[in-house]
Formats: sequence, structure tokens, C-alpha cells
Amino acid sequence: MEQILQTIIIGLSNGLIFALVALGYTLVYGIIELINFAHGDLFMLGSFIAFVLISSVFVITADTPLTLMVAQIALIIAITMIATAAINLSIERVAYKPLRNAPKLAPLISAIGMSFVLQNIALLIFGPANKSVNAILPSVNILSAVGITGVTISAEQVFVAIVTIPLLIALTWFVNKTRQGRAMRATAQDPDTAGLMGVNVDRTIAITFLIGGALAGAAGVVQILYNNTSVWNLGFRFGLNAFTSAVLGGIGNLQGAVLGALVLGLINAFSDRYLAANWTNAIVFAVLIGILVFKPTGLLGQQLADRA
Amino acid sequence: MAAAPVPRTGTQPDADLLVKARHVTKKFGGLTAVNAVDFDIPRGSIVSLIGPNGAGKTTFFNMITGAYTPTAGTITFDGHHLVTQSGNRMRSLKPHAVTELGIGRTFQNIRLFGTMSALDNIRVGLHVHLKSHWWDAVLRLPSMRAEEEYSIQRGEELLELVGLEGRGNIWARNLPYGDQRRLEIGRALATNPKLLLLDEPTAGMNSSETAEMTAFIRSLRTRLNLSVLLIEHDMRVVMGISDRVTVLDYGEVIAEGSPAEVRANPRVVEAYLGRGAASN
Repeated sequence: MEQILQTIIIGLSNGLIFALVALGYTLVYGIIELINFAHGDLFMLGSFIAFVLISSVFVITADTPLTLMVAQIALIIAITMIATAAINLSIERVAYKPLRNAPKLAPLISAIGMSFVLQNIALLIFGPANKSVNAILPSVNILSAVGITGVTISAEQVFVAIVTIPLLIALTWFVNKTRQGRAMRATAQDPDTAGLMGVNVDRTIAITFLIGGALAGAAGVVQILYNNTSVWNLGFRFGLNAFTSAVLGGIGNLQGAVLGALVLGLINAFSDRYLAANWTNAIVFAVLIGILVFKPTGLLGQQLADRA
Repeated sequence: MAAAPVPRTGTQPDADLLVKARHVTKKFGGLTAVNAVDFDIPRGSIVSLIGPNGAGKTTFFNMITGAYTPTAGTITFDGHHLVTQSGNRMRSLKPHAVTELGIGRTFQNIRLFGTMSALDNIRVGLHVHLKSHWWDAVLRLPSMRAEEEYSIQRGEELLELVGLEGRGNIWARNLPYGDQRRLEIGRALATNPKLLLLDEPTAGMNSSETAEMTAFIRSLRTRLNLSVLLIEHDMRVVMGISDRVTVLDYGEVIAEGSPAEVRANPRVVEAYLGRGAASN
């Protein structure tokens, strides 16, 4: 029982990181019907940017006083989010915007190309080996502090929740309650009509890429502080999981992406724990194939991308 | 009603004509869809564009809204050039920029944002006149919140204007057909247009609904000081509502004048009913 609970906690923590990345896939798909294969790699770049900031710029160690550490981590998250948002916006300008009126396949190929470009940039700068940071978050068990034993929630896992949950809430609020959010939903449903109603479609698409990029950056920081390591092809594994999450929840559907990510985090954790970690990717692919065959609209349906 | 910002007027606007199109031509490859059309919309008038299927009406419509760029010709609206020429290249203003200048439109086949609420559909139309940026939203500045409140209030006024009060929370696609047509007009009015383009507003309506819609369009013109351009197939609507009628056939203007003049024009009868009917 305790083992199952522990697995669930690990699964949900992983799932929250997947969710941040999955939202980037689903936002972009929702608005321009493009599967942005470069998105997982952008997340990887985000974790490397955070790696550089942690190990070389701010030099945070486990001995850094807690308040200073919190401030520095907040700053690192902000810097990384801005950087990845800017990179994502540039990718959109260079690789997708010129193909706006081309057949759907063209930007898709361009996205795959962009994925290789980002991976090779990371390979050039950081080399093929894993890059690690020392564990800097205090290794305490939150539950034992309140007298529960047998199951642990680590400071890292709390950190994951503290960063991701507010971002998920903020995004939902932004999309549903603001002028730009309405423009995004309108553009997702019918870009031509949105333009004729006065929505600047190009700018709305740019904002979507900015938001998706920022979320990928935040996920990158969370990832490196949670797993303490990053590698040039990290984006593939996370991208696969995040993309599957988005499809599982119903691609284009924001709540669906979060739900799909949590479910997939749990599937990952249970597979790692009770089957074998080697099989986890195969199981994720099996889930992806299963959804595409049996329920292509996903668990919650393709709400944002609903087109006539 | 809460004050809505009025779109600015361009330099040297024509005192009488809101829209002035000269020698407008649109070619798709070898096909000339619209050929050297001159077309005016006097301020405050209701003008209809009619013609058989494929006559080029919708193409012409789309050139005004910026969806298509003409192959040749000029279109000015309230002192603004909607089409400019740089070297050999023709350029149209982007659709959202045209909307901002004060042209709102509806669609022949209703194109609402189906899974957004009726109120949110109207608030998308208000978009051009709201000024908050995404960073205002991120920082939750008070100006942004005031603007959101304004857009809700203004949106509800517009819902009431088109007779949809109390239905703001219903998804657009779940509204009955007639209400969807009204919501489209409400959404177009939200952009605070000087010119309202209506593409077959009574399509699919029975005769009492059609009469109601015709009266509604007329009342809008008076109340909101609008000019209206109408594409319509129902001749009773066209003849009953229009100040001027222009008839297109094979991309060319074959007649222009008051409804009575156009109805009496033999070329129009021929275009609609065939050569035999015209000679009888």
C-alpha cells in the first residue's frame, strides 16, 4: 500500500512537469494545427540554460541560505522563461511563419528540422554526456515532519508542485479571462473570421508561442532541480511523454493536456516500479497508439481546436 | 450606452461617399472574377450588390475586407486607401486593420466561434478597441480589469441591441439559427463599424423572419448612423430595403441605380432569367 502511494506521488510529480511541456504542444496545435516537434527540445534547452545559471552564474549549493536560494531560484525561473519564450518566438518567425499558407506537411517537416537544430546546438555547446548539478534542495521528508511514516514527499516534489500548479492556474485564467486569451480562442476556432473581426492573427500566434516557450522554460528549470541532470536528447523522451499527454487529453484542450500529463506520469511511475524502466517508453508509445486508434479525440475532446 | 471609440477618419475623406472603388479587377489565374468595377457607397445609405451565382459579388466583398488583394484598381474608405501599389505589387490592408478602420461584416454561412459563449463572441468583436497588452494581463493591472468590465458591460448592451439579452452564456453553436444570425450582426457591430457588410443576412429564413430582419437592418442604419452593403439573393429584400442597387454579371457591372430602375433594366432581366425572357 505504502509502495503504491509512493509510486503515485512520484507519478504526479513527473506528471506536473509533463503538463507544462504538454501545454506548449497543445496551445500551438490548438491555434495553428501544427505539432511542434521542436517543443521537447526547447524544454531541453531550458534545462541547460538553468544548468548554466545554477552552476556558473548564481553558483547555488546546498549550503546557500534558504531565503537567498528561493530568490535565486525565482530569478533563474524568470530568466529561463524569458529566454525560452524568446527562442520559441524566433523559431516561429524563422521556421513556421513563412509557411503559414503552405500545405500542412511543410511546417511539420520544418518542425522536425528545428528539433534537430536545437539538439545539435545543445550537443555542440554541452557535449554528448549528461550534465549534472549537485542536489541543492534540502533533502527533507515533508510527511515525516507531520508524523506520517512509510511514504515520503521530498522537498523536490513540493518544489515541482509550487512552481507548476500556479503556472497552470495562471494559464487557464489568461486563456479564459483576458482579451488576448479570447483572441487565442477565436483564432483557434477560425483564424480567418478572427482576422475579419479585428484580431491580429499574426500577433496572437506569436503570443501563443511566447507562452508555450515560457512554460517549457519553467519546466526545464523544474526538471534540472528535480532530476539534477540534463542531456542533449532529453527533449525526445520528455517530448514523447508530453506529446502523448496532449493527445491523451485531447489535443488542443488545455485541461485535457494537464489531465493527460498526470495520467501519463502515473503510467510512467507504475511502469518503472512494477515492470521495468526499459519498458516504459514502449508502454508510452502503446498508449499513444491506443488513443489514436480507439479515441483520437482524447479523454476530454478537442475543445480549443474545435473547427467546423 | 457606454461610449465606444469611433474609428478615425483618413486624410481628405469624400464628403458624400464612404466607399469609392475604381477599376477594381481580380484575376485568379486566367479567370477574371471581377473586371474593372466602379462602385460607390454613399454615406448613410443601404446599397445592395446582386447578381447570379459566380458573378463576383463575394470576391468583391472580400477585396473590401482585405481577404483578397485586387489585381488592379483602387478602393478608398472614409479617406483611407485600402489598397496600395508599390511598384508592380498590389497590397491590401490586413483584415484586422480594415476592421479597425470601421468595416464590420457577417457571413453567408454563419461563422461564429461555436464553442465560445455568445457574450465572448461579441467581446472578440470588441477586441480592436481594447488596448490592454498581454503583459497588463500578466501583471493584472487595474486598467486591464476596468477594460474587461467595460467589455462585459458593452457586450451585454450589444446582446440586448440584437435581441439576445440573457443568452450571453450560451455557446454560440447551441443558439437557434435566427439567433446565430443576430449574434453575428452583434459581433460585427461590436467593432463599431461605419460600414456594415451583410452577406445574405436572410438566407434560410422564412418570410416573417425575413421581414423582421429587414426591419431590423433598417432600424440599425437609423439608430447607429451606419452605411450598409448587402449581398442578397432574395429580391423582395433587395428591392424593399436598398437605396441603390448594383448588378454584377460575369464580374462586370451591368446595371446600377435605384431598385425601380434596376428592375426595369433589360440586361438585368436577361442576366437573371435568360435571353428568351428578356425579349418577351
